[in-house]
Amino acid sequence: MIAYFLIGCAFGAVLMEAEVISWFRIQEMFRFDAFHMYGIIGSAVLVSGLSLMLIKKLQLRTAEGEPLGLSPKTVGSGVRYIAGGTIFGLGWALTGACPGPLVALVGGGVPVMIVALASALAGTWVYGFLRPHLPH
Amino acid sequence: MPHPLPWWIAGPLIGLIVPALLIAGNKTFGISSNFRHICAAVAPCGIEFFGHDWKRLGLWNLTLLAGVFTGAALAAHFAPPTVQISARTIEALRGIGVRDFAGLAPHDVFAWASLLTFRGFVCIVAGGFLVGFGTAYAGGCTSGHAIAGLADRQLASLIAVVGFFAGGLATTYFILPRIL
Repeated sequence: MIAYFLIGCAFGAVLMEAEVISWFRIQEMFRFDAFHMYGIIGSAVLVSGLSLMLIKKLQLRTAEGEPLGLSPKTVGSGVRYIAGGTIFGLGWALTGACPGPLVALVGGGVPVMIVALASALAGTWVYGFLRPHLPH
Repeated sequence: MPHPLPWWIAGPLIGLIVPALLIAGNKTFGISSNFRHICAAVAPCGIEFFGHDWKRLGLWNLTLLAGVFTGAALAAHFAPPTVQISARTIEALRGIGVRDFAGLAPHDVFAWASLLTFRGFVCIVAGGFLVGFGTAYAGGCTSGHAIAGLADRQLASLIAVVGFFAGGLATTYFILPRIL
């Protein structure tokens, strides 16, 4: 458990120091005025992707013998991904924060974001409630 | 500490979280799952989506989230960021009514006193709600779908990330100019 806590600490500190948690940086990104956020997301995906390829190549396994890796997501009609993704995107640019940064902001600088966080929990709850009636 | 931490340091560090979690316990990076775990812990209300064993499946992730909170608090205390965005963005934001450019987010919107103003309510309360609803619907956020899913070349994640940007652009160019 301590490993997960420390990985989280590193993530929170990087989000803060690279200003990923700033509403202004998110605006700069969506207005295509700076490379900063694209550089961060792009290089993160690249490093993550190369590590996943390496893990697959080395056939790393857990102590129980399960192969390390992500489980594949079923695409289906894709409706949940495009609709859910767009709804999240609308909120991302309003709050200037995705879920990790929401928590980081409460910890380090903008305490009113605890209201946004509580509202996000309400949003997830409402999704869970409506789930049987939504197209997926 | 230079501000901001350059993208070529921050990005690779964030990317390394994916293999670090796999090696630590074959866990998949994804912050928004925690919203589901917290709902399951606090108010499951017999809803199927919250009927999972959140302790067994989510305790590691909630621990990571506590780390995010702590790491951000420590970083903000010892090396507070001073956000200097591009002149073009400042000009565009001034044009739609943002006045305060100090801090991480505009104080004229993101403050306790603004919660009951229209723009404060929309940005904080409605924005937060959409983040929680949308990530649960899409089954992931920037971490799960972009940093992990896209890197794993999953089509579902690519579709989700296209949605993230479509929504973000719509807010930036159509909603924010009308509410700020």
